[in-house]
Amino acid sequence: MSRHEIRFELNGEARTAEVEADRLLLDLLRADLGATGTKEGCRIGICGTCTVLIDGRPISSCLYPAVYADGRKVRTIEGIAPDGGKLTPLQQAFIEQGGFQCGICTPGQIVSATALLEAHPKPTEDEIRRWMMGNLCRCTGYFGIRRAIETAAGTAR
Amino acid sequence: MSFELHRPRSLDEALTLLEKNEGAHVMAGATALVLLMRQGLVRPSVVVSLRDAGLGGIRAESDGALWLGATTTIREAEESPLVRSFCPALAEAFGHVATVRVRDQATVGGNLAHADPAQDPPPMLLALGAEVELAKAGRKKPRRIPVEELLVGLFETSIEEGEILTGVRVPPLPAGTRATYVKFLPRTEDDYATVSVAAVGRVTNGALMDARIALGSVGPTAVRARKTEAALREVALMPGGADNGRLTAAAALVRDEIDPLDDIRGSAEYKREMARVWTERAVRSLLS
Ligand SMILES: Cc1cc2nc3c(=O)[nH]c(=O)nc-3n(C[C@H](O)[C@H](O)[C@H](O)COP(=O)(O)OP(=O)(O)OC[C@H]3O[C@@H](n4cnc5c(N)ncnc54)[C@H](O)[C@@H]3O)c2cc1C
Ligand code: FES
Ligand code: FES
Repeated sequence: MSRHEIRFELNGEARTAEVEADRLLLDLLRADLGATGTKEGCRIGICGTCTVLIDGRPISSCLYPAVYADGRKVRTIEGIAPDGGKLTPLQQAFIEQGGFQCGICTPGQIVSATALLEAHPKPTEDEIRRWMMGNLCRCTGYFGIRRAIETAAGTAR
Repeated sequence: MSFELHRPRSLDEALTLLEKNEGAHVMAGATALVLLMRQGLVRPSVVVSLRDAGLGGIRAESDGALWLGATTTIREAEESPLVRSFCPALAEAFGHVATVRVRDQATVGGNLAHADPAQDPPPMLLALGAEVELAKAGRKKPRRIPVEELLVGLFETSIEEGEILTGVRVPPLPAGTRATYVKFLPRTEDDYATVSVAAVGRVTNGALMDARIALGSVGPTAVRARKTEAALREVALMPGGADNGRLTAAAALVRDEIDPLDDIRGSAEYKREMARVWTERAVRSLLS
């Protein structure tokens, strides 16, 4: 297996790593870098628990070759709240609006919804559904998640 | 599984790598290849990444055609103002692919080269008469073939050893062209289609001309429904809608132009019936 040196930004910090050609970004983050906020669920691109942002765009890190992060900005759940301190309005709304129960899907939900609000600051209900449909949740029935996003966007009824 | 990964910075470099390494696989968005390798269905010893080979980009050509470079992401194609103004239904077909995450990673070229019959863009591109270009080391001009000749079987294309698909060209659409893409999804929104139908045609003097119908998820490849198209020729617009009897009869022909399988999304018979229903609805929407 060939090995490759990659340089990327992880939550605003410059990083270098040496990765094997078949290393996936999910495993680089969790196993090599100890950034375990990103979760592993299905590992086939469906559930959304492993969602991270590459140059601001959401992808499944379980399908994303780590070498493809070379030269890019990677943002994970650990990089959502500024300085790890105060929660973002979206994170706060997830707590207040019942956006999670067991919590396993929550990092992915919040990363996806953060990208949604960056692309559409006042999303319609349809935009929320279309964007978030690939982030599965077995607990909430999605109502709390939608409410949390609408609350953060200031569009809650 | 163990492989040597190359990351060429240009198409020429990528083609040379393929020429030197027989059996090498190219990797674009990697969404399909990662899964195929994990399942052991593909065991390459050399992988050539197209990420940095400069094959992305969308442009209008001088003759009015639309060009989508191979490594353009599905989401770039979906959101491109050029694609949307060229043919809104094409942008929608790209927008129907899976989820925003898959669309941000998967590429237009990888989607065609993967040749999964359940994918969304291929039927739309077939109905629009699109062509792909295939480059190869030592070849001066790329080989250009219709998408229909690219898709030869289940996960099987006519891409030859050493060739790279550089992009897809959608020929200019005659004035008055209307197009639609419907993805029938009775299960969940992020699923593959149970049946999908792309329909393209021109409405002139109250008649539907040059109808082109293509379907997905109904056989080993996305397919054109030529008998249905012939029967649709010049279906006239009635004051309140289409020539209903002829349209219904034409759509019924589609049942025998497809070869669906029984699977978790429905029986073959159910899919034949849904293909008929959605073909009729798609054509009716062109006429409305
Ligand atoms: C969870 C999930 C859900 C999906 N749902 C849908 C859906 O609803 N609708 C839909 O249409 N699709 C769906 N797909 C399929 C998706 O569209 C394809 O996986 C994707 O388009 C493949 O593109 P890629 O760039 O990632 O290709 P890669 O994985 O990089 O490559 C795929 C194949 O094509 C070859 N290849 C790639 N680029 C080229 C090129 N330029 N020249 C020659 N050969 C090339 C590779 O060698 C490989 O064999 C889904 C995929 C996933 C993972
Ligand atoms: S673990 Fe990546 S999408 Fe499920
Ligand atoms: S909170 Fe349990 S799966 Fe979403």
